[in-house]
Amino acid sequence: MSAAISAKRQRLILVVLALVAIIGAVLLAMSALKGQAAYFYSPADVARDGVPVGRAIRLGGMVADRSIKRAADGVSITFTVVDGAYRSDVRFRGIVPDLFKENSGVVAEGSFARDGVFDATNILAKHDERYMPPELAGDKHKTETLAQ
Amino acid sequence: MIAELGLAALWLAAALALLQFGCGMLAMRGSEGMAALVRPVAVVQGVLVTLAFVCLLEVFRVTDLSVALVAENSHVAKPLMYKIAGAWGNHEGSMLLWVTVLGLCGAGVALIERRLAPPALMATLGAQAAIALGFYAFLLIASNPFARLNPAPAEGAGLNPLLQDPGLAFHPPTLYFGYVGLSIAFSFAVGALLTGEVGPAFARAMRPWVLGAWIFLTLGITAGSYWAYYELGWGGWWFWDPVENASLMPWLAATALLHSVTVVATRDGLRAWTVMLAVVAFSMSMVGTFLVRSGILTSVHAFAVDPTRGSFILGLLVLYIGGALTLFALRVGTVREGSRFDPVSREGALVLNNLLLSAILGIVLIGTLYPLGVEAVTGEKLSVGPPYFNSAAGPLALGLVAVMAVGPLLRWRRDDLAPLARRLALPVALSLIALAAVLALLGPIGVMPLLGLALAVGVGAASLAPLWGRSLRRTPLFTWGMVVAHVGVAVSLAGMASETAFTRETLAAARLGETLSVGPYAVTIRSVAPVAGPNWTAIEGTFVARRGEGSAFALNPQARTFSRPPTQTSEAAIATRLDGQLYVVLGPQAEDGRWQVRLWWKPFVTLIWLGGAMVAVGGALSLIGRVLRERRAREALA
Repeated sequence: MSAAISAKRQRLILVVLALVAIIGAVLLAMSALKGQAAYFYSPADVARDGVPVGRAIRLGGMVADRSIKRAADGVSITFTVVDGAYRSDVRFRGIVPDLFKENSGVVAEGSFARDGVFDATNILAKHDERYMPPELAGDKHKTETLAQ
Repeated sequence: MIAELGLAALWLAAALALLQFGCGMLAMRGSEGMAALVRPVAVVQGVLVTLAFVCLLEVFRVTDLSVALVAENSHVAKPLMYKIAGAWGNHEGSMLLWVTVLGLCGAGVALIERRLAPPALMATLGAQAAIALGFYAFLLIASNPFARLNPAPAEGAGLNPLLQDPGLAFHPPTLYFGYVGLSIAFSFAVGALLTGEVGPAFARAMRPWVLGAWIFLTLGITAGSYWAYYELGWGGWWFWDPVENASLMPWLAATALLHSVTVVATRDGLRAWTVMLAVVAFSMSMVGTFLVRSGILTSVHAFAVDPTRGSFILGLLVLYIGGALTLFALRVGTVREGSRFDPVSREGALVLNNLLLSAILGIVLIGTLYPLGVEAVTGEKLSVGPPYFNSAAGPLALGLVAVMAVGPLLRWRRDDLAPLARRLALPVALSLIALAAVLALLGPIGVMPLLGLALAVGVGAASLAPLWGRSLRRTPLFTWGMVVAHVGVAVSLAGMASETAFTRETLAAARLGETLSVGPYAVTIRSVAPVAGPNWTAIEGTFVARRGEGSAFALNPQARTFSRPPTQTSEAAIATRLDGQLYVVLGPQAEDGRWQVRLWWKPFVTLIWLGGAMVAVGGALSLIGRVLRERRAREALA
C-alpha cells in the first residue's frame, strides 16, 4: 500500500505534519501562557485594577523607608513596596539579594494571599549601579512624572 | 595607536567583505576571474577582523583608559585574566567577538571546503560576506569598540563583578563559536538555493560545519548552565531566562538540522526541510543576538540600553531572515523531492525528532517573545517563567527522548514493528524495573521526575543497543559518537530528574557553633572572618560538614564586596561527591548576630553537566569519524 505513495505525495504529507506540529505547539503555548504569564504590577496598579488571590504576578516598586522587618527565625522578612502614595506589604522567606535595601528598587515574584499580603517566592533587586531592570526604570520615570 | 590600528583593520575587513560579496555573486554567475579572488579575500578578511579583535584584547590588557570602552568597563586593579576576558564582557567587545567568529568561519570555509561545487561555494562565501557586511556596519556605525575618550579618566569604572569569574574566559567565546558558526549552515543553504544544488553532496559538505558549530553550542550552554549554578548562589541550573532561551533556540534548531542533514546525506530525503532548518538555525542565533544585545531584556547579559542599537539589529534581522525566507519561497520549487521512505523507518523517527524539536522551539520562541510583543502593543509588562516552559515544553522533551531511544534501532527506508519490539524489549523492561524500584525504595515523587528517571534508564540502555552484537573495534567512529551523545542525553536527564526530585534544602539563621542538617550531612558553622582578594574584600564563613561517621571537611562560602563598581556578590561553597553536591551559601548577618545560611544537598546534580559534556564529546567523535572516512574514501579514489 505504501508503495503507492509517490515522492510528491510523501512530501505533501510531511508538510502537513510539520504544519500540524507547529500549530499544535502554538496552541499549546498560548493555552499555557494564559495560565502562567506573570504580569508586572506596581502597588498603584494593584490598587487600581485589583489582583485575584493566588495569581502569579511580579510586584515592583521601591522598598519603603524603615519597612524591612525580620522575623524571629532570622530568615523570614516583611517589607513594604511603595509607588507614590500606594503601598503593598510583602512577606518573604529566604536570603534577599545583596542589593536589596530600603529606598531602593525591587521586583518581587509571587502572589497575593487571602490576608492581602504579597507572598514573594523570589526577590530581584537592582543589579549594579548602571543597571536597572527596564520595569523599574520605566516605573521610576512614571513616579517622577507624577511627582512633577 | 593600537586602538587606531584595530579600527583601521575593522574598516578594511568591512571593505573586503563588500568585495567578497560582489566577487562571490559574479563568480556564481560564471566569472572565472572573480572566482579566483573570492577565497583569498575571505581569508584576508578573517585575518583582518582577528587583528582588530587582538587589538581590542591588547588595549584591555594594558588598560588603555583613553579608549572609552576600557574606561567604562575595566579597571587597573583587576586580575589580568579578567582584564583580557573583560574585553568581551561588554556590548561593543562582545559584538566584535561575534563578528570575528563570523569572519573566521568564512575564512575557514574558504580554506578547507573542497567538496562543494564551485558555483555553490562562491554563492556560499558571498552570502557569508553579506551577513558580515551588516554586522560590520553595526559595529562601525553604532557600536565602535575603539572610540577614544578625551580627556582620559584616571581610573576605569570596572567590570560587573558577577562576570569576574573564570567562566567569562570560556563561556562567551565557546557559545559564540556555536552561535555564529551556524552562519555557515545559513550561507550553505542560501548558496544551495541560489544554485539549485540541494542533494546528498551538499548535505555531506554541510554536515561537518553544522556538527562543529553544534559541539561548541552544546559546550557553551553546558558551561553557562554550570556558571549560573555556582555563581548566582540560587542553586538552580536552568532558569528559563530569556537569555538562556536565546542560546537554547539555536541549539534546538541545530540539533534538528544535524539529524535531518543526515537524512539528506544518507538517503536523499527531507531536502527542502533541511534547507529551511539551516536558515532557521542561524536566524535563531540572530534573534538571540537581538534579544541579548539590544538591551530590551532584564539580564546580567544586557550591558547597555541604547534604542538605536536595538533598531539597528532588528533591521539586520528583518533583512537577513526575511531575505533568506523570501529566497526560500521563490526557489523551493526548484528543489526536487527526495527519496521516499516508510513511516516505520530511521527516516520516520528522524522526522518525528524534527517535528518535536520544532514544536519545542516554537514553544520556547513564543514564551520568550510574548512578553516583548505584549509590551510593545499594550504597554503591559509581564514575565513568562519556569511554570510555562516546564508545563508546555517538558512533556514534549520527554517524548523527544523516547524517540531518541527508538530511532537508532530502526533501519533506513523501511523496517517492521515486530523486530523493533524485540530490540526494545530489554530497554523497556529496564525502564519499568527502574520505575518500580524508585517507587518502592524512595516513595512517591513528582510525575515528571519519575518519568524522567525511568526514561533515562531505558534510553541509556536503548542508546547502547546499536553496539550489541557488533565488533566494538570495527564499529565506525561516528556510530560511537551517536551512542556517546545519546547516552549523554540520558545521563543529563537522570541528573535533572534526580535534582528536581531529591534536593534537600535547609534555610536558617545560625549562631557560630550551631549545627544544621541537610540530607545526609551535618554542617557546623565554625567561624566568620574577613578576607581580602585582589579587588574585593569579603566575609568568609568556615563550615565543617560531616556525613554520618565519615571524616569532616571544611567549606568556605564568601559574601564578596567589590569596590569598582560597588557591588556585592555571593560565592557559594560547593563540595562535589560521587553521588551529588553539598552547596553552601552564606547570607548576611541578622541584627541579633546570627548568620543567614542556605544549605542544599543535591543528589547526582553533576550528571546534568557530565551528560552535556558527553553530548559534545559524542559530537566530536562523530565529526572526526566523518572526516576520517571521507579522507580514506578520497585516498582510495586517488
